[in-house]
Amino acid sequence: MCGATEGGLSLAGVDVAKEAIIQGQVVRGGDPVGGAYVRLLDRTGEFTAEVPTSATGHFRFFAGDGQWTLRTLAPKAEPVDRKVHAAVGSVAEVQIAL
Amino acid sequence: MSRENSLVSAQWVEEHLDDPKVVLVEVDEDTSAYDKGHIRGAIKLDWTSELQDQVRRDFLNKQQFEALLSSKGVGNDDTVILYGGNNNWFAAYAYWYFKLYGHQDVKLLDGGRKKWELDSRELTEETPDRAATTYTAQDQDKSIRAFRDEVVEAIGVKNIVDVRSPDEYAGRLLAPAHLPQEQAQRAGHVPTSVNVPWSKNANDDGTFKSDEALKALYDEVGFDNGKDTIALCRIGERSSLTWFVLHELLGQENVKNYDGSWTEYGSLVGVPVVLGDEPGEASA
Repeated sequence: MCGATEGGLSLAGVDVAKEAIIQGQVVRGGDPVGGAYVRLLDRTGEFTAEVPTSATGHFRFFAGDGQWTLRTLAPKAEPVDRKVHAAVGSVAEVQIAL
Repeated sequence: MSRENSLVSAQWVEEHLDDPKVVLVEVDEDTSAYDKGHIRGAIKLDWTSELQDQVRRDFLNKQQFEALLSSKGVGNDDTVILYGGNNNWFAAYAYWYFKLYGHQDVKLLDGGRKKWELDSRELTEETPDRAATTYTAQDQDKSIRAFRDEVVEAIGVKNIVDVRSPDEYAGRLLAPAHLPQEQAQRAGHVPTSVNVPWSKNANDDGTFKSDEALKALYDEVGFDNGKDTIALCRIGERSSLTWFVLHELLGQENVKNYDGSWTEYGSLVGVPVVLGDEPGEASA
């Protein structure tokens, strides 16, 4: 993916001060996993959004203040749940290992 | 209706990739997903630029829909298989739209794009070349489309199912995080509407839950099967999926999708609105 940098997606063009960003990378044995599905669940476990990972395994959500769960599904892998806290004005970086 | 008439499996699609009477159509919330790879032979419909009138807030009219499908190479007697991401969210919207204009043979790929990818099935970036057709649409089937006045009249009378997230229903949020573009003037829900979030209809892999599990979901909130039903969400897409479940999978009669949904209702002057997690009373 253009603009992808090691350790996270480029934030060029994103107004971080106004957003509660959750982003990261899905990896398997240290290698990025493209085409995995990352789902954003709210504090009650309710579906909010879902995105496929890029070729470099990256994903990004514009969430809101509070507690969220990322549920990751990928071919030939068990679903992985990760809790993450988001806050407006910050970027929560999450690495998800399958 | 039933599952056999309205859903196909990924395996079925794979076996029909070269069937000239089967047209695969990808419709995604992320309108760029198709360009990064799609099922071989699939065409793309862009819900923002191709399925909405670009001036008024409305769908394409009959002539516009005919022109669109003709240019895409879809014939009246083709079997149209729709699929997309997010549990087929926008594909279900397109399904309802095709039914609105009377296309007979349309189905969803159960699980949509995600199931296809999780099965490690092939995607391609090649775009198909389909010869133009002369598509003829029917007049809109208003028996599956609700307008705002019907929703107001349905308060306390019909089943009204609000399929947004609990936080949107209660009025704590105007739009889901991550997708905040369209908003109403006021937050909350239609009095007496019950909340069954649309995503509860699907399994984690995007396939629909079993009929029994789906029935239980609506029984739990006190659905009266003898009454007509109106489904709504924020902009009418998520509620298309619930319409699909109730009308096409569970075979309930008289189910309408209110495509104006909360962005219209929550901006109307003088209509009753309830805040909080309870459905509220008809006189609210």
